Amino acid sequence: MTNIASTGRARAGRARGLSTKAAVHTVLLGYTIIAIFPVILVILNSFKNRRGIFSDPLGLPRGETFSMEGYATVLTQGDFATYFANSIIVTVSALFLILLLGAMAAHALAEYRFRLNTLLGIYLILGIMVPIRLGTVAILELMVDLNLVNTLLALILVYTAQGLPVAVFILTEFMRTLSRDIKDCARVDGLSEYRIFFEVVVPLIRPVLATVAVFSMIPIWNDLWFPLILASGDATKTVTLGVQQFIGQYTVNWSAVLASLSIAILPVLGLYALFSRQLIAGITSGAVKG
Amino acid sequence: MSEATTEQEKTAREAKPPKRRKRRVGGGWHIFVFIAPAVLIYTIFSIYPLVESLRLSLFDGLDDGSAVWNGLGNYVTLLFNPTWATQFWNALWNNLILFFIHMVVQNPIGLLLAALLSLAPRFGSTYRTLIFIPTLLSVVVVGFIWELILSPLWGVSETLLGAVGLAWLYQPWLGLESTALTTVSLISVWQYVGIPMMLIYAALLSIPDELIDAARVDGLNGWWIFWKVKLPLILPTLGIVAILTYIGNFTASFDLIYSIQGALGAPNYSTDVMGTLLFRTFFGQQLQIGDIHMGATIASMMFFIILIGVTIYLVLVQRRLQRYEM
Repeated sequence: MTNIASTGRARAGRARGLSTKAAVHTVLLGYTIIAIFPVILVILNSFKNRRGIFSDPLGLPRGETFSMEGYATVLTQGDFATYFANSIIVTVSALFLILLLGAMAAHALAEYRFRLNTLLGIYLILGIMVPIRLGTVAILELMVDLNLVNTLLALILVYTAQGLPVAVFILTEFMRTLSRDIKDCARVDGLSEYRIFFEVVVPLIRPVLATVAVFSMIPIWNDLWFPLILASGDATKTVTLGVQQFIGQYTVNWSAVLASLSIAILPVLGLYALFSRQLIAGITSGAVKG
Repeated sequence: MSEATTEQEKTAREAKPPKRRKRRVGGGWHIFVFIAPAVLIYTIFSIYPLVESLRLSLFDGLDDGSAVWNGLGNYVTLLFNPTWATQFWNALWNNLILFFIHMVVQNPIGLLLAALLSLAPRFGSTYRTLIFIPTLLSVVVVGFIWELILSPLWGVSETLLGAVGLAWLYQPWLGLESTALTTVSLISVWQYVGIPMMLIYAALLSIPDELIDAARVDGLNGWWIFWKVKLPLILPTLGIVAILTYIGNFTASFDLIYSIQGALGAPNYSTDVMGTLLFRTFFGQQLQIGDIHMGATIASMMFFIILIGVTIYLVLVQRRLQRYEM
């Protein structure tokens, strides 16, 4: 895709006049500023004291306005270490299940012909069109019956169910393009169907798995609805819910509010810096196929 | 056994069109082992709750905790009982306004940005990466960021408007009944514009260069190539963007509005949407006691409303759009 883009790039570049170029950059740069200015503003001001936040909101934190008091409040008052641990446990476990079960199901759908194949395929991707939240009333009842309210397991199970349709869809599409020969060779060598999946197929689909992982991660990490409804206890709060409730309590303490927002933003930005290529490749390839 | 398998395999091969790849013939436990866990979790935690919600919406709760068959009674209450109907239509109307604002602001901006990015300017990938940042953030975080920025206490918006001589324009937009919903919608647009941008950008990239070259040979300039060649080719993607916007509008709006305006859709229900109405009805708020059956009814109504949208999309939009195949 990069190659196609860059040949187009070269041609388009030559054909266009300077003024067009300037206009293109003005619009893109303008919108980029609109997109990131609010985020930068919050992070900058989280490093200021109260006076600095209000007297000079647009300035950089300097000697007399620099302060970490907001972070100090957040770290002593809110139990953010627990919230982070919860978010990580929930996100990583759900991702693991989505990828493992999703890849297994996709493999079955792409590799074998059996009755119900098409039907099961359609059934599994129905969830893309129907948001799982609409079943919240019954999900809560179910969790009460299973004694899972206020446990991280409840969130993990729901997010797995939520993430499976997209994962199965993308992985099935991709697995249909895999070469048969390599799997048939393995069969001739006497590998069982399970070993073929884990030792032949999984290594081949690793890049797509990474894409699906980054892709499924964002809605899980950022969700407010299910933590609020299924696991709002102190021990099971996720970062998103923790920040939401912390800010509700500390509305007057601006440095604490800004610091807690920054604490929620910075890890996401860090991960994005690491995985943005993968994420963007995933969205664009999904779109081309979808 | 093995003979039967080869026989099946043969017929399967013959039955399939030659272009499609041959797939291994089924039978055997491994298929079940591969597919059962996903189907099980998905059925228990996604499909069953949905069906159960539909069932619950047909019952009415009694004071002793038992439920009694009520047919479509709950739906009649929701649509025609003055207290419920006012809230329902208000929430649905607000959702439709939200959808409308996303369609006329978010998606055109996304299209514009994608079109510019597809011209492959220098730093294109940097612009793309940065513009996508808000989409990654939690809706809660985004809500609070904008609540702070728009707050009259902090005065950042006033200062910025003042810098371009527009300070008089400033109002506490989130707090006014007349502007709250539009402001919330625009915040959501700011957050999610990256998604249509990426989807449309990818679609534009997948248009083969030969088509563009042919158009250029025919004497069309960049602007006309976009309107006459590229835009018709990416119509299916625009259709996908529209239906994603429609579905997302019923789910994502809850997080933002609950964070900024609370479960009551403040000020004075002017930002109340189906999501907040469902939350309030199910869990109760202030003097109102939580009601499972009315909650299930509202969720089911959302289901039907989404279903109507998806059906319109599938029947009217997608069928008429010819998908371009590489």
